[in-house]
Amino acid sequence: MNRVEGRVKVTGLATYAAEYPVEGVAHAYPVQSLIAKGRVARVDASQALDMPGVLGVLSVEDPPQLAPDADGELALFQSRDVAYRGQLIAAAVADTYENARAAADAVRVEYEPADHDVGLRADHPGLYRPEVVNPNYPADTEHGDVEAGLAEAATTVDVTYTTPVLHNNPMEPHAAVALWDAEGRLLVYNSTQGASPDRDTIAGTLGLPPSRVRVVARHVGGGFGCKGSTRPHAVLAALASRAVGRPVKVVLTRQQMFDVTGYRTPTIQRLRLGADAEGRLTALEHVAYEQSSTLVEFAEQTATPARTMYAAPALRTAHRLVRLDVATPSWMRAPGECPGMYALESALDELACAAGIDPVELRVRNEPETEPESGLPFSSRNLVACLREGARRFGWDRRDPEPGVRREGEWLVGTGVAASTYPARRRPSQAVATVRNGDFLIQVAAADIGTGARTVLTRIAAETLGVAPDRVHVELGDSDLPDAPVAGGSMGTASWGSAVVRACEELMKNGKEGRADTTDEVATDAELARHAFGAQFAEVRVSAVTGEVRVPRLLGVFAAGRILDAGLARSQFIGGMTMGLGMALMEETLTDEEFGGFLRRDLAQYHVPACADVADVEAVWLEEEDDALNPMGNKGIGEIGIVGTAAAIGNAVHHATGRRIRDLPITPAKILAPSP
Amino acid sequence: MDITLQVNGLPRTVDVDPRMSLLDLLRERLGLIGSKKGCDHGQCGACTVLVDGRRANSCLALAVAMDGSEITTVEGLANGDELHPLQAAFIEHDAFQCGYCTPGQLCSAAGMLGEPGPSAVTPDVLVDPDLTPEEIRERMSGNLCRCGAYVNIVSAIAEVAR
Ligand code: FES
Ligand code: FES
Repeated sequence: MNRVEGRVKVTGLATYAAEYPVEGVAHAYPVQSLIAKGRVARVDASQALDMPGVLGVLSVEDPPQLAPDADGELALFQSRDVAYRGQLIAAAVADTYENARAAADAVRVEYEPADHDVGLRADHPGLYRPEVVNPNYPADTEHGDVEAGLAEAATTVDVTYTTPVLHNNPMEPHAAVALWDAEGRLLVYNSTQGASPDRDTIAGTLGLPPSRVRVVARHVGGGFGCKGSTRPHAVLAALASRAVGRPVKVVLTRQQMFDVTGYRTPTIQRLRLGADAEGRLTALEHVAYEQSSTLVEFAEQTATPARTMYAAPALRTAHRLVRLDVATPSWMRAPGECPGMYALESALDELACAAGIDPVELRVRNEPETEPESGLPFSSRNLVACLREGARRFGWDRRDPEPGVRREGEWLVGTGVAASTYPARRRPSQAVATVRNGDFLIQVAAADIGTGARTVLTRIAAETLGVAPDRVHVELGDSDLPDAPVAGGSMGTASWGSAVVRACEELMKNGKEGRADTTDEVATDAELARHAFGAQFAEVRVSAVTGEVRVPRLLGVFAAGRILDAGLARSQFIGGMTMGLGMALMEETLTDEEFGGFLRRDLAQYHVPACADVADVEAVWLEEEDDALNPMGNKGIGEIGIVGTAAAIGNAVHHATGRRIRDLPITPAKILAPSP
Repeated sequence: MDITLQVNGLPRTVDVDPRMSLLDLLRERLGLIGSKKGCDHGQCGACTVLVDGRRANSCLALAVAMDGSEITTVEGLANGDELHPLQAAFIEHDAFQCGYCTPGQLCSAAGMLGEPGPSAVTPDVLVDPDLTPEEIRERMSGNLCRCGAYVNIVSAIAEVAR
């Protein structure tokens, strides 16, 4: 089955947030802080207000009314304090985009700058242990004696890996169009991954009851997490519209997106591993150092996959956070698992090399019976089968483990492997199923950000009802539809789908209408360790002359419950792996130590994979039956594809060159740098 | 300033701000939202349209400079209800996810198929190359897809190029 909305997407008719035709819409353009810390002494809008078409300037000189407990990133123009360079401190509103942009440029801001601190270091004096890490895990865990385990090990590894600031960079810039009606009800066309939670946050920020706000997001041009929580552009559109009495559109520029739509925290990760002579882990310690802003605490759960992956009698994980004069980091595809598994799976490769054991075999030997940290049984776990199947397909048995010995002309050739994992959870959702004109209408405030939610929910409903998919119509992307959780955490399909199944079941009983709310059902889910697993294999060619790394082959083998739609699943997996290739080789935002803020704030400098970077990326999966998940038996697949890719590529680079590069991205400069 | 241009075969006369890009003219003034803005700086290809038959980043063209031009946007690729072969192939190969880069990919591919001559990866620059997957990847690298649909984009284009 092709994507339900395929035709509107290829004909240019799919409407994204900025594109709704709204009569009399004005445009707001933000002014951003040029200092990283200090105060806004004065905002002088006089010149801007005299310019053609200008309708108003918003700033702290006349703070708009917001709820007193608004989130620090959304409390626009409430305080003179500056928390980071690039923060929104004013905005110009005008009749056209060109006039608004010119007026914003003419707003004069006087600052009282203070010394800033934007550098993450593992010895930063401000590091502390957060209460919990995202979304709600303990910051630290420990069982067994790590020091004793390391002392008795036949082989040990003590390594530090770093990952840089990464930006989601969906192709659609964040945009919102806000309209207030005569009754004071607000409508926001917004690029969001969740209309219901976005409505709640916007209403809460403005001090309105949620019933007075509606959010519509029928098509969303990607998000990967950065549209998962409400962003300041949406609040700005609402405030500007209220101020000038007209609908207002805000479309962030690509550069502004780098500043105010979240990013993946940089990490410094220390791994200490010990193994006995057979390669069985005696100790595993994973400590992650990360940053957040002074406004909001966001602690990425980087070390948490170590709690799930391997059997180790001594296991310690810890997170330390420092609050810097930077923007607040946020969700980017597989927060926690993605950077954490990069470091863990790279360190495991180092252990395999040090112990002289094949890296596939080493992982198999450390397969746990129950989840190592919690002791819970797995609902299903097929990591070993993924590794074995991947090894077979990839031709792993022909691999010579010796690093740096295969050369074809200028090209050094190598292969690498890494494991993947991602939690399989679900959240409460509502849905309604009704009969309309002999067909079936499914309503749920889900979001299709490119995952294929419309299509998969259509299939789920059709299968439950026992009808052809073309008799099912799914409405989503509107907070006036039944409440639904965000498209995030690889939980969308599991959460919305559960509600759709229940609604369809009820419709079949009464023949007219089914209404479902899965709150009670989800609350009684048995306590089990629920995770998807996978294995990724990479072949690289590294130029001995230029240091360029090419990736001729990437293979992912996944075990993620029942795959509900093979075409959509493959696209999700290979899309995640492609983003993982970018993380491995090119993606990096620099932090400007001198002035604060970010450097490389555009797509010419922040490189994401282009078509020529991506050759043969293939994803396959194992049939996996798991009755303990949800009525469909699926595990989420939106994120696991990016987990492990960077490690597989890094391990392959080591196999090709003999160089172990522990700081992402693996650039030509690092390949060619003299060995330390 | 008044300019007149052909957009998808229809003559349009518009009064434009001299600072306005062709992309903003299409999206904000003519209601043709198919052309997308991903960067506004010529770095992503989401805004690709055909200008007098050649692919171009419409964010880098000032609207006033387009007086007298013939513009084809993604809305103009299909022949009535009948999809352009590239559009049909994109659907069949699942060559998109969020769809935001897609109009640019389609216009770029449509332009690319008509472009003769070698590229940076052509082995013999004196011979017009076949559109191998490698040639397609090279020629389509001005169009970023963050959803990572490249593998499917290349197979969709390759099917049409055959
Ligand atoms: S919007 Fe024109 S190239 Fe990105
Ligand atoms: S389909 Fe989403 S960016 Fe290409």
